[in-house]
Amino acid sequence: MDCEKASYRMHHYLDGELTVWRRWYMRRHLNKCPPCAGGFVYEVEFRMIIAERCREQTPDDLRRRISGAIGFESGSEEGDWSP
Amino acid sequence: MPKLSEGSGTLDLVADQARFAELAMPYMDALYSAAMRMTRNPADAEDLVQETFLRAYRGFGGFKDGTNLKAWLYKILTNTFINTYRAKKRRPEETEFDDVAEYSLYGRMGGLEAANNERTPETEVLDAMPDEVVKEALESLPEQFRMAVLLADVEGFSYKEIADIMEVPIGTVMSRLHRGRKQLQRRLWEFARDRGLLPEPEPARA
Repeated sequence: MDCEKASYRMHHYLDGELTVWRRWYMRRHLNKCPPCAGGFVYEVEFRMIIAERCREQTPDDLRRRISGAIGFESGSEEGDWSP
Repeated sequence: MPKLSEGSGTLDLVADQARFAELAMPYMDALYSAAMRMTRNPADAEDLVQETFLRAYRGFGGFKDGTNLKAWLYKILTNTFINTYRAKKRRPEETEFDDVAEYSLYGRMGGLEAANNERTPETEVLDAMPDEVVKEALESLPEQFRMAVLLADVEGFSYKEIADIMEVPIGTVMSRLHRGRKQLQRRLWEFARDRGLLPEPEPARA
Protein backbone atom coordinates (compact mmCIF):
# COMPACT_ATOMS: atom_id res chain seq x y z
CA MET A 1 0.00 0.00 0.00
CA ASP A 2 1.41 3.42 -0.93
CA CYS A 3 0.98 6.65 1.04
CA GLU A 4 -1.69 8.03 -1.26
CA LYS A 5 -3.86 4.96 -0.86
CA ALA A 6 -3.15 4.84 2.88
CA SER A 7 -4.23 8.42 3.32
CA TYR A 8 -7.38 7.78 1.28
CA ARG A 9 -8.25 4.67 3.29
CA MET A 10 -7.30 6.00 6.69
CA HIS A 11 -10.78 7.43 7.28
CA HIS A 12 -12.49 4.20 6.29
CA TYR A 13 -10.08 2.37 8.56
CA LEU A 14 -10.90 4.58 11.53
CA ASP A 15 -14.59 4.33 10.68
CA GLY A 16 -14.27 0.57 11.04
CA GLU A 17 -15.39 0.13 7.44
CA LEU A 18 -12.41 -1.73 5.93
CA THR A 19 -12.26 -5.45 5.34
CA VAL A 20 -9.93 -7.53 7.52
CA TRP A 21 -7.48 -7.82 4.66
CA ARG A 22 -7.33 -4.09 3.99
CA ARG A 23 -6.98 -3.41 7.69
CA TRP A 24 -3.97 -5.64 7.75
CA TYR A 25 -2.34 -3.79 4.80
CA MET A 26 -3.16 -0.51 6.46
CA ARG A 27 -1.49 -1.48 9.74
CA ARG A 28 1.54 -2.79 7.90
CA HIS A 29 1.91 0.50 6.04
CA LEU A 30 1.48 2.58 9.22
CA ASN A 31 4.13 0.53 10.98
CA LYS A 32 6.77 1.33 8.41
CA CYS A 33 5.78 4.87 7.39
CA PRO A 34 6.27 7.53 10.11
CA PRO A 35 4.61 10.41 8.18
CA CYS A 36 1.44 8.35 7.62
CA ALA A 37 1.57 7.12 11.21
CA GLY A 38 1.82 10.74 12.36
CA GLY A 39 -1.19 11.67 10.25
CA PHE A 40 -3.02 8.71 11.71
CA VAL A 41 -2.29 9.74 15.30
CA TYR A 42 -3.42 13.26 14.50
CA GLU A 43 -6.66 11.98 12.97
CA VAL A 44 -7.40 9.81 16.01
CA GLU A 45 -6.76 12.77 18.30
CA PHE A 46 -8.88 15.02 16.11
CA ARG A 47 -11.87 12.71 16.31
CA MET A 48 -11.53 12.23 20.03
CA ILE A 49 -11.50 15.97 20.55
CA ILE A 50 -14.54 16.55 18.32
CA ALA A 51 -16.48 13.83 20.15
CA GLU A 52 -15.43 14.95 23.63
CA ARG A 53 -15.96 18.66 23.15
CA CYS A 54 -19.41 18.28 21.64
CA ARG A 55 -21.00 16.51 24.61
CA GLU A 56 -23.79 18.30 26.40
CA GLN A 57 -25.76 17.50 29.51
CA THR A 58 -29.52 17.57 29.27
CA PRO A 59 -30.86 20.41 31.44
CA ASP A 60 -32.67 18.96 34.50
CA ASP A 61 -35.74 20.96 33.64
CA LEU A 62 -36.00 19.32 30.21
CA ARG A 63 -35.46 15.87 31.70
CA ARG A 64 -38.33 16.48 34.12
CA ARG A 65 -40.53 17.87 31.36
CA ILE A 66 -40.01 14.80 29.19
CA SER A 67 -40.68 12.34 32.01
CA GLY A 68 -43.77 14.32 32.92
CA ALA A 69 -44.97 14.54 29.33
CA ILE A 70 -44.68 10.80 28.83
CA GLY A 71 -46.69 10.18 31.97
CA PHE A 72 -49.23 12.73 30.82
CA GLU A 73 -49.44 11.25 27.32
CA SER A 74 -50.22 7.81 28.66
CA GLY A 75 -52.68 9.29 31.14
CA SER A 76 -54.55 11.02 28.37
CA GLU A 77 -54.75 7.82 26.36
CA GLU A 78 -56.32 5.98 29.23
CA GLY A 79 -59.69 7.51 28.46
CA ASP A 80 -59.62 6.19 24.89
CA TRP A 81 -59.69 2.57 25.88
CA SER A 82 -62.86 0.71 25.29
CA PRO A 83 -63.69 -2.04 27.71
CA MET B 1 -55.60 -22.85 20.67
CA PRO B 2 -56.35 -19.14 20.73
CA LYS B 3 -53.89 -16.99 22.55
CA LEU B 4 -55.11 -15.79 25.90
CA SER B 5 -55.65 -12.07 25.91
CA GLU B 6 -53.11 -9.97 27.70
CA GLY B 7 -54.01 -8.67 31.13
CA SER B 8 -55.42 -5.26 31.85
CA GLY B 9 -54.53 -2.50 29.44
CA THR B 10 -53.47 -0.23 32.25
CA LEU B 11 -50.84 -2.70 33.38
CA ASP B 12 -49.60 -3.00 29.79
CA LEU B 13 -49.33 0.72 29.56
CA VAL B 14 -47.40 1.02 32.79
CA ALA B 15 -45.08 -1.75 31.64
CA ASP B 16 -44.65 -0.02 28.27
CA GLN B 17 -43.88 3.28 29.91
CA ALA B 18 -41.33 1.67 32.21
CA ARG B 19 -39.69 -0.17 29.34
CA PHE B 20 -39.50 2.97 27.24
CA ALA B 21 -38.00 4.88 30.16
CA GLU B 22 -35.47 2.15 30.80
CA LEU B 23 -34.38 1.77 27.17
CA ALA B 24 -34.69 5.24 25.66
CA MET B 25 -34.02 7.66 28.51
CA PRO B 26 -30.29 6.82 28.73
CA TYR B 27 -29.87 8.35 25.25
CA MET B 28 -31.18 11.74 26.32
CA ASP B 29 -27.79 13.42 26.75
CA ALA B 30 -26.59 12.14 23.39
CA LEU B 31 -29.78 13.27 21.67
CA TYR B 32 -29.62 16.65 23.36
CA SER B 33 -25.99 17.08 22.28
CA ALA B 34 -26.94 16.28 18.69
CA ALA B 35 -29.96 18.59 18.89
CA MET B 36 -27.72 21.44 20.07
CA ARG B 37 -25.45 21.00 17.06
CA MET B 38 -28.42 20.77 14.69
CA THR B 39 -30.47 23.73 15.94
CA ARG B 40 -27.52 25.75 17.26
CA ASN B 41 -29.49 27.11 20.20
CA PRO B 42 -30.64 25.66 23.53
CA ALA B 43 -34.32 26.63 23.30
CA ASP B 44 -34.83 24.92 19.93
CA ALA B 45 -32.68 21.98 21.03
CA GLU B 46 -34.91 21.44 24.09
CA ASP B 47 -38.08 21.56 21.99
CA LEU B 48 -36.55 19.20 19.45
CA VAL B 49 -35.52 16.64 22.08
CA GLN B 50 -38.90 16.80 23.81
CA GLU B 51 -40.74 16.33 20.51
CA THR B 52 -38.41 13.46 19.61
CA PHE B 53 -39.11 11.64 22.87
CA LEU B 54 -42.86 12.13 22.53
CA ARG B 55 -42.83 10.81 18.97
CA ALA B 56 -40.62 7.92 19.99
CA TYR B 57 -42.91 7.08 22.87
CA ARG B 58 -46.00 7.14 20.65
CA GLY B 59 -44.23 5.00 18.08
CA PHE B 60 -42.61 2.68 20.61
CA GLY B 61 -45.12 -0.07 19.83
CA GLY B 62 -43.69 -0.18 16.31
CA PHE B 63 -40.14 -0.54 17.54
CA LYS B 64 -38.88 -4.08 17.15
CA ASP B 65 -36.86 -5.65 19.92
CA GLY B 66 -33.36 -6.49 18.89
CA THR B 67 -33.13 -3.67 16.36
CA ASN B 68 -30.99 -0.63 16.94
CA LEU B 69 -32.84 1.63 19.37
CA LYS B 70 -30.21 4.37 19.29
CA ALA B 71 -30.33 4.59 15.48
CA TRP B 72 -34.14 4.55 15.62
CA LEU B 73 -34.15 7.48 18.07
CA TYR B 74 -31.69 9.42 15.92
CA LYS B 75 -33.82 8.85 12.88
CA ILE B 76 -36.80 10.37 14.69
CA LEU B 77 -34.61 13.26 15.86
CA THR B 78 -33.31 13.88 12.34
CA ASN B 79 -36.74 13.70 10.72
CA THR B 80 -38.26 15.96 13.35
CA PHE B 81 -35.48 18.46 12.85
CA ILE B 82 -35.79 18.46 9.08
CA ASN B 83 -39.59 18.59 9.03
CA THR B 84 -40.24 20.94 11.90
CA TYR B 85 -37.36 23.18 12.77
CA ARG B 86 -35.78 23.65 9.40
CA ALA B 87 -39.16 24.31 7.83
CA LYS B 88 -40.01 26.76 10.61
CA LYS B 89 -36.84 28.72 10.14
CA ARG B 90 -37.24 28.67 6.36
CA ARG B 91 -33.50 28.51 6.17
CA PRO B 92 -32.61 28.02 2.51
CA GLU B 93 -30.87 24.78 1.70
CA GLU B 94 -27.26 25.59 2.24
CA THR B 95 -25.22 25.22 -0.87
CA GLU B 96 -22.35 22.83 -0.89
CA PHE B 97 -19.06 24.27 -2.00
CA ASP B 98 -15.95 22.63 -3.21
CA ASP B 99 -12.81 22.94 -1.22
CA VAL B 100 -9.92 24.09 -3.29
CA ALA B 101 -7.18 22.82 -1.07
CA GLU B 102 -6.55 20.79 2.02
CA TYR B 103 -6.36 22.90 5.12
CA SER B 104 -5.52 20.88 8.14
CA LEU B 105 -3.47 21.58 11.19
CA TYR B 106 -1.58 18.43 10.49
CA GLY B 107 1.67 18.91 8.65
CA ARG B 108 1.64 22.69 9.14
CA MET B 109 3.86 22.75 12.16
CA GLY B 110 6.82 20.68 11.16
CA GLY B 111 5.58 17.79 13.24
CA LEU B 112 6.12 15.22 10.53
CA GLU B 113 9.54 14.14 11.63
CA ALA B 114 8.31 13.91 15.21
CA ALA B 115 5.63 11.44 14.20
CA ASN B 116 6.66 8.62 16.45
CA ASN B 117 3.22 7.99 17.93
CA GLU B 118 3.84 10.62 20.57
CA ARG B 119 2.09 13.94 20.90
CA THR B 120 2.90 16.30 18.06
CA PRO B 121 2.66 20.11 18.02
CA GLU B 122 -0.53 19.72 15.97
CA THR B 123 -2.26 17.64 18.60
CA GLU B 124 -1.14 20.11 21.28
CA VAL B 125 -2.89 22.88 19.35
CA LEU B 126 -6.00 20.73 18.99
CA ASP B 127 -5.95 19.98 22.66
CA ALA B 128 -5.79 23.68 23.50
CA MET B 129 -8.94 24.43 21.46
CA PRO B 130 -11.69 25.67 23.77
CA ASP B 131 -14.92 23.62 23.72
CA GLU B 132 -16.83 26.55 22.27
CA VAL B 133 -14.51 26.81 19.30
CA VAL B 134 -14.87 23.13 18.45
CA LYS B 135 -18.66 23.35 18.79
CA GLU B 136 -18.86 26.49 16.68
CA ALA B 137 -16.63 24.93 14.04
CA LEU B 138 -18.94 21.92 13.76
CA GLU B 139 -22.05 24.09 13.81
CA SER B 140 -20.67 26.25 11.02
CA LEU B 141 -20.65 23.36 8.53
CA PRO B 142 -23.44 23.16 5.94
CA GLU B 143 -26.29 21.14 7.40
CA GLN B 144 -25.84 17.91 5.48
CA PHE B 145 -22.11 17.74 6.16
CA ARG B 146 -22.69 18.67 9.79
CA MET B 147 -25.21 15.86 10.27
CA ALA B 148 -22.90 13.29 8.68
CA VAL B 149 -19.91 14.31 10.81
CA LEU B 150 -22.05 14.49 13.93
CA LEU B 151 -23.50 11.02 13.41
CA ALA B 152 -20.14 9.44 12.55
CA ASP B 153 -17.58 11.22 14.69
CA VAL B 154 -19.60 12.23 17.72
CA GLU B 155 -22.11 9.39 17.87
CA GLY B 156 -20.07 6.63 16.27
CA PHE B 157 -22.69 5.36 13.82
CA SER B 158 -21.58 3.20 10.89
CA TYR B 159 -21.99 4.33 7.26
CA LYS B 160 -24.93 1.97 6.92
CA GLU B 161 -26.65 3.35 10.02
CA ILE B 162 -26.09 6.93 8.87
CA ALA B 163 -27.47 6.05 5.45
CA ASP B 164 -30.61 4.71 7.15
CA ILE B 165 -30.94 7.69 9.46
CA MET B 166 -30.45 10.30 6.74
CA GLU B 167 -32.23 8.24 4.08
CA VAL B 168 -29.47 8.57 1.51
CA PRO B 169 -27.20 6.01 -0.22
CA ILE B 170 -23.98 4.95 1.53
CA GLY B 171 -21.92 6.64 -1.19
CA THR B 172 -23.57 9.94 -0.32
CA VAL B 173 -22.78 9.41 3.36
CA MET B 174 -19.12 8.80 2.54
CA SER B 175 -18.89 11.87 0.36
CA ARG B 176 -20.61 14.12 2.93
CA LEU B 177 -18.37 12.78 5.66
CA HIS B 178 -15.25 13.32 3.61
CA ARG B 179 -16.14 16.90 2.75
CA GLY B 180 -17.53 17.68 6.18
CA ARG B 181 -14.39 16.52 7.93
CA LYS B 182 -12.24 18.45 5.52
CA GLN B 183 -14.19 21.63 6.18
CA LEU B 184 -14.09 21.05 9.90
CA GLN B 185 -10.31 20.69 9.76
CA ARG B 186 -10.21 23.91 7.82
CA ARG B 187 -12.33 25.83 10.34
CA LEU B 188 -10.08 24.72 13.18
CA TRP B 189 -7.02 25.54 11.15
CA GLU B 190 -8.41 29.03 10.55
CA PHE B 191 -9.04 29.46 14.24
CA ALA B 192 -5.48 28.41 15.06
CA ARG B 193 -4.17 30.78 12.41
CA ASP B 194 -6.23 33.72 13.71
CA ARG B 195 -4.97 33.08 17.21
CA GLY B 196 -1.40 33.03 15.98
CA LEU B 197 -0.96 29.40 16.91
CA LEU B 198 0.53 28.52 13.53
CA PRO B 199 4.09 29.39 12.62
CA GLU B 200 3.44 30.06 8.92
CA PRO B 201 1.24 33.00 7.83
CA GLU B 202 0.06 31.21 4.66
CA PRO B 203 -0.54 27.49 4.23
CA ALA B 204 1.32 25.67 1.52
CA ARG B 205 -1.09 24.58 -1.19
CA ALA B 206 -1.63 20.85 -1.19
